[in-house]
Amino acid sequence: MIPDLGRYTLEVSLAYVVSLGLIGVLAFFYWLRGRSVKRQLAEIETGRGKNG
Amino acid sequence: MASFWEYANPLKFMRVTDWLLPIVAVAAVVVTATGLIWGFFFTPDDFRQGATVKIVFLHVPAAMMAINVWVMMLVASLIWLIRRHHVSALAAKAAAPIGLTMTLIGLITGAVWGQPMWGTWWAWDPRLTSFLILFLFYLGYIALWAAIDDPDTGADLTAVLCLVGSVFAVLSRYAALFWNQGLHQGASLSVQPGTRMDWAYKAPLYTCMLGFGLVFLALLLAGTRTEIRARRMKALVARERMA
Repeated sequence: MIPDLGRYTLEVSLAYVVSLGLIGVLAFFYWLRGRSVKRQLAEIETGRGKNG
Repeated sequence: MASFWEYANPLKFMRVTDWLLPIVAVAAVVVTATGLIWGFFFTPDDFRQGATVKIVFLHVPAAMMAINVWVMMLVASLIWLIRRHHVSALAAKAAAPIGLTMTLIGLITGAVWGQPMWGTWWAWDPRLTSFLILFLFYLGYIALWAAIDDPDTGADLTAVLCLVGSVFAVLSRYAALFWNQGLHQGASLSVQPGTRMDWAYKAPLYTCMLGFGLVFLALLLAGTRTEIRARRMKALVARERMA
């Protein structure tokens, strides 16, 4: 199934692994920060609601 | 019909993106995966470049997005400077790490392709150099946002930096046309007749370009939502301290 990349196996594989890895890390970072900020805001808004 | 400026209202933006974001995210994954699988597994080797031609499916969309993200940041910054819509400033802020990543992918894949094809990882070619400067501008833009506590001052100063950096975004796009002495070839895709790329490569490449565009849009919407929430959180904390 994997195509024969001949003598460029390392270069092509490296390009795909690094690029997809970077996009994956970026997406994970956005998701993680989004979740953290959403939770913190909910806590603050709940606290405000309780305090009137 | 709703005016475009209605989406400058954070509440309206959050409401619309609440249902739009999952759709864009799924489309981004599906289209990008389709394009990359098509390009990697089902395209033939080039008669000169061999299998390294498969790097084009990452390099061209990433390089295209690196420039387009900066142009989007420029438009958002101008909207902020002229109309003072907070969502536009926060969208520009959310876009910067995506642009930085796309520029880095463009530089890395270019170097990995250049080593076997040009015999060097790097050359001080006009397009490569202007791309490196664009990368540094992205870093500076992100650092400037992080360095300033007041969000409005941060938005003002980063908008000005964005205007200055736009020169390099334009240079990155047209460097290969302005100067002919560089190693980097001209545009891979062109609307001019006689374009050199075969459809066997062009079709998956267009799919990847669309996919990368959708990845950007999904991350931009997610990032802007986070920035809106972070700004509200900051405002609430400041208000409580004042009380």
